[in-house]
Amino acid sequence: MSKLIYMDNAATTFVDKRVLDAMIPYLSGKCFNPSSIYDGAQDVHEALDNARGVLAKSLNANPREIYFTACGTESDNWAIKGVAHANAAKGKHLITSKIEHHAVLHSMQALEREGYEVTYLDVDSDGLVNVADLEKAIRPDTVLVSIMYANNEIGTIEPIKEIGELCHKKGVTFHVDAVQAYAHVPIDVVAENIDLLSVSGHKFNAMKGTGFLYIKKGTKISNFMDGGAQEMKKRAGTENVAGIIGMAKAAEIAFAELDKRMKYETEIRDYMIDRVLKEIPYSKLNGHRTKRLPNNLNIGFEFIEGESMLLALNDLGVCASSGSACTSGSLDPSHVLLAIGLPHEKAHGSLRLTISHETSMDDAKFVCDNLPKIVERLRSMSPLYEDFVKNK
Amino acid sequence: MAYSEKVKDHYQNPRNVGEIENASGVGTVGNAKCGDIMRMYLDIDDATGIIKDCKFKTFGCGAAVATSSMATELVKGKTIQDALKVTNKAVMEALDGLPPIKIHCSLLAEQAIHAALWNYAEKKGIKIEGLEKPVNDVSELEDGDEE
Ligand SMILES: Cc1ncc(COP(=O)(O)O)c(C=O)c1O
Repeated sequence: MSKLIYMDNAATTFVDKRVLDAMIPYLSGKCFNPSSIYDGAQDVHEALDNARGVLAKSLNANPREIYFTACGTESDNWAIKGVAHANAAKGKHLITSKIEHHAVLHSMQALEREGYEVTYLDVDSDGLVNVADLEKAIRPDTVLVSIMYANNEIGTIEPIKEIGELCHKKGVTFHVDAVQAYAHVPIDVVAENIDLLSVSGHKFNAMKGTGFLYIKKGTKISNFMDGGAQEMKKRAGTENVAGIIGMAKAAEIAFAELDKRMKYETEIRDYMIDRVLKEIPYSKLNGHRTKRLPNNLNIGFEFIEGESMLLALNDLGVCASSGSACTSGSLDPSHVLLAIGLPHEKAHGSLRLTISHETSMDDAKFVCDNLPKIVERLRSMSPLYEDFVKNK
Repeated sequence: MAYSEKVKDHYQNPRNVGEIENASGVGTVGNAKCGDIMRMYLDIDDATGIIKDCKFKTFGCGAAVATSSMATELVKGKTIQDALKVTNKAVMEALDGLPPIKIHCSLLAEQAIHAALWNYAEKKGIKIEGLEKPVNDVSELEDGDEE
């Protein structure tokens, strides 16, 4: 097996060649500290300003509202803990959903250990947060609502605009983890009533260890790193210049092609969903059918376990992911699949394929051609399937 | 996940997959909650106590498939007494080791064999020397085993 078929773009993406080319000068010749005074350093400073401008424009934000961080996890930690700490006098209650990324959930749990109270909202069987439930959960002492733009496992896109509207009506700050959505679907922080938004570079063809947090002007938030004057003194530390330049380049490329990419990915996604559901019995799509990231398909196969599917796909050169316990490093399957109501054995049998603008129709066909055989083989050795057939 | 070549071989080409009709003993252990379920079928010669055939079905990860497959190979042709010596450690060693988080799979394989033998003993109304009632939840065994 020589060719690699990479369908794990939600885990990370490959750095675009144009992104790498944009970064190289800042790793060799132009490696001045942007805070220094001489011409070369000022050029680097200007390049950073330009990058900030590109990223701000992509969200309909102001450049002064973009704060560079080292990853999506950092952006989430800062947004949640920073807003909670800065508003502790107002209240100590936060609201999030049960299907957030661990960067959000574990930040919330850290606050709970400090004495904060957190409400974890249920989602429906498609993974959607119910706005009426949120309204009921908001209290006078609620200081932050944090809901993800799109879920990293099942791809469901949340009703962000409506949630933001409600938060603003109630005077509550609204944070959005857009790590999976940014540069994959259009986002407008003004129109969608978003106060803080987390982004990670390596999910859209920039390098790992890059990211930013959008913080709307006037939002009360504590500093993340104390030190120098970088990032309006809120997140000190000499900037990851090459990484930031590359992230802005990646955004520029992605947004220039956004409509085209979305259309293309949606077509491949739907082709694969339709074929798999049609050709493999006892399979079911996880996540919303249409309110869904263009690059995400997550399918549950009854009677079989996710890791054994991944290993079989790996033997064919296909990189994929699963919500099974074996892949999560614990004995529990994905909290997201449990939250949408799947029983354990079904949560263990899920397969996540996340495509990209570079996935070819031939790749999609190859995977669809081979999946039925893999599922059939694993079912033929599954005691759950044996029981099911005998009891039918 | 760093699996040994032997583990890979056994999940790619598992030995003795299937069912035995009118098996002398059948045992199922594990549960869907923890993500692994193993079922072992034994065909035992009543006169000699030799395990003539052994087959399995497993719902689980690569390690679960490989440990069941290896366990069937190890007990096939053995007497019941020798089959009891096929411990989880023996299965692991035969596979050139397992990642620490997968040790419970080898315990499950051991318990699956015990469950099938237990079933055989119950059907025959005999007691097998040295065989304890198998457990379904191997996490208790695992804790004691890690020292
Ligand atoms: C929704 C979501 N939030 C946060 C993160 C964390 O991002 P990073 O890997 O940049 O820390 C991820 C990455 O998987 C994610 O999918």
